[in-house]
Amino acid sequence: MSETISRYRVSTRRSAELALIAGAWLIGVFAWILVDSATGESSLGGWTSLLSAGILLLLTHAVVRWQAPYADPLLLPSVAALNMLGLAMIHRLDVAAAQRAVSNGSPMPTPDVYLQLTWMVVGLVAFMLVLSFVRDHRRLQRFTFIAGFSGIALLFFPLLPFIGNEINGARLWINILGFTFQPGELAKVALTIFFAGFLVSRRHSLALVHNKILGVGIPRAKDVGPLFLVWLAALLVLILERDLGTSLLLFGLFIVMLYVATGRRSWVLIGAVLLSVGGALAYRAFGHVRVRFDVWLDPFADANGAGFQIVQSLYGFANGGIFGTGWGQGYPQLVPFAKTDFITSALGEELGLMGLIAILLLFAIVVERGARAAVATRDPFGNLLAIGLTTVVGLQTFIVVGGVTRLVPLTGLTTPFLSYGGSSLVANYIIIAILIRISNAARAPEVSDAELVLRQDGTSDD
Amino acid sequence: MSELLLSILRIGFLIALWWFVLTVVSVLRRDLQAPRDAKSLTPARSTRRPSPRPTLRARKTSTQLVIVEGALTGTSVPLGSSPIIIGRAPDATIVLDDDFVSTHHARLTPNGNHWIVEDLGSTNGTWIDRTRVSTPTVFRPGTQLRIGRTSMELSS
Repeated sequence: MSETISRYRVSTRRSAELALIAGAWLIGVFAWILVDSATGESSLGGWTSLLSAGILLLLTHAVVRWQAPYADPLLLPSVAALNMLGLAMIHRLDVAAAQRAVSNGSPMPTPDVYLQLTWMVVGLVAFMLVLSFVRDHRRLQRFTFIAGFSGIALLFFPLLPFIGNEINGARLWINILGFTFQPGELAKVALTIFFAGFLVSRRHSLALVHNKILGVGIPRAKDVGPLFLVWLAALLVLILERDLGTSLLLFGLFIVMLYVATGRRSWVLIGAVLLSVGGALAYRAFGHVRVRFDVWLDPFADANGAGFQIVQSLYGFANGGIFGTGWGQGYPQLVPFAKTDFITSALGEELGLMGLIAILLLFAIVVERGARAAVATRDPFGNLLAIGLTTVVGLQTFIVVGGVTRLVPLTGLTTPFLSYGGSSLVANYIIIAILIRISNAARAPEVSDAELVLRQDGTSDD
Repeated sequence: MSELLLSILRIGFLIALWWFVLTVVSVLRRDLQAPRDAKSLTPARSTRRPSPRPTLRARKTSTQLVIVEGALTGTSVPLGSSPIIIGRAPDATIVLDDDFVSTHHARLTPNGNHWIVEDLGSTNGTWIDRTRVSTPTVFRPGTQLRIGRTSMELSS
């Protein structure tokens, strides 16, 4: 494989991408085989699932080769590896659930991995569609306000009666035709497009400094408005939907994009102040926020009640140690919600610290490649959009992995690409598709005059 | 399955996972070392590109800057011993009326027999062939300096 890579190293590196995607798939297959051999299950359905996942990944690679030949070669293999690892872990937890059902004599639960596989298909198809229809990421700037409105609509969709659905105390889901979907995940993408479009046209006025306090430039009062609105929206999400994770993610995303757009550290400072004010208010006003905080500070105070989940997660990590128990040989099913919020602790138990570091490195690579596409792209909108989308993936991973490992208070968010959950997978594949589109523009060899004219159209309100 | 085999496979999986990650990192490292190396994409051009290694032997000093692409195509600017500022501002040495050019976009400074290109914090970047100028870079005859919609070359 390294031979293939070195031979193509001055080219578009598409063949490196192909080899790495094959490697990612093989790792998933290896994990699946280990789960089956360790637990003594032989799932015949597994092979057809793995084969279809592999064929679909190849097809996706072919579409990238065709639609975005100069795109970054590492984004797709990294997320494919994460997705394959996630599938293997969901399969492993399915096996555990089935075995428990057998020993209890209760009815067999339906395995989740096939549904997740279906969502992987939907996600990869969405990836290919976005890559094929968004020929030029600068076109997205035209949809700035449409994206803004639809983002907010999606965010508050679950509050509507009848289709809105409350699960485990958070009102995040909608029910359509028997499928539950988390529209907040797609709202992230729409709002990132909106923030990028909005900040590109406002970045100069937002960068203005009114006066200086303690050496930090303070922006003009009227420019603080947008930040304040986003802060209020994030608080509303927190109050009405009880979704600590999404509200933290949205606010963090806006601060990062504001900082990148203006280069002013004062925005980060103001953001941090607003965040602590919001956090303090939420702590005083809402029981669920207080519980999260108290559990974070001392999970063992109520190890069988509120702290149960995090304590089980920590025991899981401890049981895994450095090299892990091996696939199918730990007890990750003891952590509630191991397939969704706590998949990191399941992987940490069975793959150990070494496996978890490798997984976090894959996330770091995705973030590095996204940031690199942002730096290398030549238009300010693409720049902001790429850094925003990268931030969504990176910040979400940080919030959820940090929560599971008790670095930050636990918030309910999915781990990108790993967790069970269709909306998250589809939204994250759309994010990667846009990043690949931007990286293609950044790495393409020639800047023709036609392209420059297009660029001028795209940023005419700049 | 035996315990021994399982623990061998357990470590084997971690090795496979790390091997994958390290392969990705090695591709990434190559990309960082040659971030915009797109030579092979335009083989026709690479033949007339000078060797990428800096040649230290004395070269005849270039005496003019020729604009080969853009609104001012065909214009040539004589080069003396003083630095040249390229930008949209009226006080620049070469004024480019182009939305993609920053007020003070780039500076050309003579240094011995070479001209050094520096980007002055432009929005859209200064490019020598396919490389974005981020640190002061030697501008060699035969390479193209691209600023906005304008390309220029050195000529003796």
